[in-house]
Amino acid sequence: MALAKRRFDTLILGAGGAGLRAALQLTNADARVAVVSKVFPTRSHTVAAQGGVNAALANVVPDNWHWHMFDTVKGSDYLGDQDAIEFMCREAPKIVYELEHSGVPFSRLDSGKIYQRAFGGQSQNFGGAQAARTCAAADRTGHAILHSLYQQNIRAKTHFFDEFFAIDLIHDDEGAILGALVLEIETGEPILIEAKTTLIASGGCGQLFRTTTNAHINTGDGMAMVLRAGIPLQDMEFFQFHPTGIAGKGMLITEGARGEGGYLINKDGERFMERYAPNAKDLASRDVVSRSIATEIREGRGCGPNADHVMLRLDHLGSEIVAKRLPGIRDTCKTFLHLDPVDSPIPVFPTAHYVMGGIPTDRSGRVVSPVRHGPEEVIHGLYAAGECACVSVHGGNRLGGNSLLDILVFGKAAGQDIIETLKEQPNHRPMNNASVEKAMARLERWDQTGKGESVGTVRDALKQTMETHCGVFRQEDVMAEGVDALKEIRERLKNVYLTDTSKVFNTARIEALELENLVDIGMATMKSALARQESRGAHSRIDFPDRDDKQWMKHSLYFLEDDRLDWKPVRTKALTVDTFPPKARVY
Amino acid sequence: MNSTSIKLSVYRFNPDVDSKPYQQEFNVEFQAGMMLRDALLDIKKQDESFTFRHSCGEGVCGSDGVNANGKNCLACITSVEDLGTSIVVRPFPGRPVIRDLVVDMSQFYQQYKDVKPYLVRKDPMPEVEILQSPEDRDKLDGLYECILCGCCSTSCPSFWWNPEKFHGPAALLQSWRFLADSRDQLTDERLDALEGPYKLFRCHSIMNCVDVCPKGLNPTKAIGHIKQLMLKKAI
Repeated sequence: MALAKRRFDTLILGAGGAGLRAALQLTNADARVAVVSKVFPTRSHTVAAQGGVNAALANVVPDNWHWHMFDTVKGSDYLGDQDAIEFMCREAPKIVYELEHSGVPFSRLDSGKIYQRAFGGQSQNFGGAQAARTCAAADRTGHAILHSLYQQNIRAKTHFFDEFFAIDLIHDDEGAILGALVLEIETGEPILIEAKTTLIASGGCGQLFRTTTNAHINTGDGMAMVLRAGIPLQDMEFFQFHPTGIAGKGMLITEGARGEGGYLINKDGERFMERYAPNAKDLASRDVVSRSIATEIREGRGCGPNADHVMLRLDHLGSEIVAKRLPGIRDTCKTFLHLDPVDSPIPVFPTAHYVMGGIPTDRSGRVVSPVRHGPEEVIHGLYAAGECACVSVHGGNRLGGNSLLDILVFGKAAGQDIIETLKEQPNHRPMNNASVEKAMARLERWDQTGKGESVGTVRDALKQTMETHCGVFRQEDVMAEGVDALKEIRERLKNVYLTDTSKVFNTARIEALELENLVDIGMATMKSALARQESRGAHSRIDFPDRDDKQWMKHSLYFLEDDRLDWKPVRTKALTVDTFPPKARVY
Repeated sequence: MNSTSIKLSVYRFNPDVDSKPYQQEFNVEFQAGMMLRDALLDIKKQDESFTFRHSCGEGVCGSDGVNANGKNCLACITSVEDLGTSIVVRPFPGRPVIRDLVVDMSQFYQQYKDVKPYLVRKDPMPEVEILQSPEDRDKLDGLYECILCGCCSTSCPSFWWNPEKFHGPAALLQSWRFLADSRDQLTDERLDALEGPYKLFRCHSIMNCVDVCPKGLNPTKAIGHIKQLMLKKAI
């Protein structure tokens, strides 16, 4: 049967916040847009974001974008690119007002303005008093934003391909991206979607780890596609462990819980963050709080019979605050722990949450790679935005409330730039059959039957390896063993076969394709982490406990071919303001 | 079978190989705190051809709606303990089955789209946020939290009988979500579009929707509010 083909101006892979914000921009500019998502759009993981989106609206206390920029640069441990950070923080108020206008049911202050809460790493006046910069819809902000964006896309009549899985990018011999081969999950039939521009907005890869706040779908599909197209991934050693996942289970308890006044205690009932971050205490940066929790546990001050977690106290806040501001996490605690945080503390542990690294882009969302001349050459026709991308605004550590902001600002910026590109390049480039055949081969590999291992077994081995060898604290020999373990997993993957090769809604086949993606991203993470011999942001080396700006204030680039690494400088020059030079990072 | 084992009878149908659907039994080892989704994942480990949708695992994405022991629920937040040691799992009633527990929800989504589920503002937008009092914002609580899982509509007899004509509880809840929003300016058009004997008025307050909603929302009450507003506008 001939391969079915569709043609659009723009193909967007992923229907989370970044993909939907870009789609809205493009559809409203009369571009023909196809949004491909492996799940119905409102199932995308943006839906699970809780605490809120940062913008210096100054609705509660004085604030401005420049303070937000300072906090973000400091939070990134000076690895973030300051031009992109300035752009994001300046755009933030506008993007939040746009969201509000599009229907997001933000919580409100008595003044009728958008409610803002305190979050980690936020300050007034460049490191002064705590700011309140996070715009919230109770503790369901991601849900509220994702649904509103989908609703506005319904209004705009965006073309959706729901439950279609992207197999691979299609490119020509010059490396220009021509679209993607996708699989209709319901029928099991592949379709070639040709596009003048392709935006990858496929989200993160938290399924690398055994205990994670991330959904089943967060398998880094777009990031792995980019690797296979010969483009590197940037800063993959920086993976955020959220301080407060439910211990042993992984469900997220928003940082907003501490923003509303909650705090952490060890087995002695001590508010231990006072020792690690005397000023910000429980609202220090996430990397700092996660390390502090891990240290408390390592030193024997953990709670419970196995001393393997700490407690988050909210019981002093009163039921009104919890019911009004944190209803979602209250439900989660009741469902999964059979406790009400109004009465009892919540057992928590640092849990894999967010990948700071990703597909290297500039601040227009254009994918950049060292192809021939410089480190940041634009890949023709390819964009990336959201968690899968690395602009980089988060550097070594992302601040809470900056990820919803990132996806919206750069989703929109990518959409805007694509509109310009479509004007300049109104025609499709010729299709490249060799590239299509290669993508088809990736799909057909899973039609082979044989005797071997199952997807589930190898996936479990991968997650265990990542957790054991590349967690909160890292060291040379453990990670070197991790690289060997991943090489072995790569070999084992060749001997994995499906027992079910049927066509219709075959989720086993999807999980096999996802596992292939995860294995490559796991290697990118482990290799990059092994190479960086310093501690910066979320990357904490026991054997190299200090930050080393002389040698290591640079971005890593991992290439799939030969598991090769390269480096490029941090963009320290901001757009209009002075550079924030690296300083010791205390909270 | 020992005491830590539970028995699940799951609906199976793969159009590629089966001529008709059947129930298949699996034994799953019970773990403390086990949710129905965990049990279904265990079955998938035993037989990778077993198929169901799921993702977030914490009741916010709305993917894993199923019918367990005769009642619609989200598998990830339904405790196995509450279901007992013998559990019958079937796809949502009244929807075409694609495979096993996966049903075709396109009509459900169409009904959602039909109520214009988006904020419409006719005035020019201000440079900042549209102001809304906390009291007006409170009116959206219990409405905006809908996750479009479909538990309610697919348990509604009026929806089973007239799925082409009756909007169903989920879509009507969203209709009220925008009617109740002080910022929305499409009230008359929204109400006019719900006129007639079916779209809204086919609701007979059977309240299955309220009974099954995993988020504790109340579509019947929302439908009542719409009817009241219509009446108010009519006189």
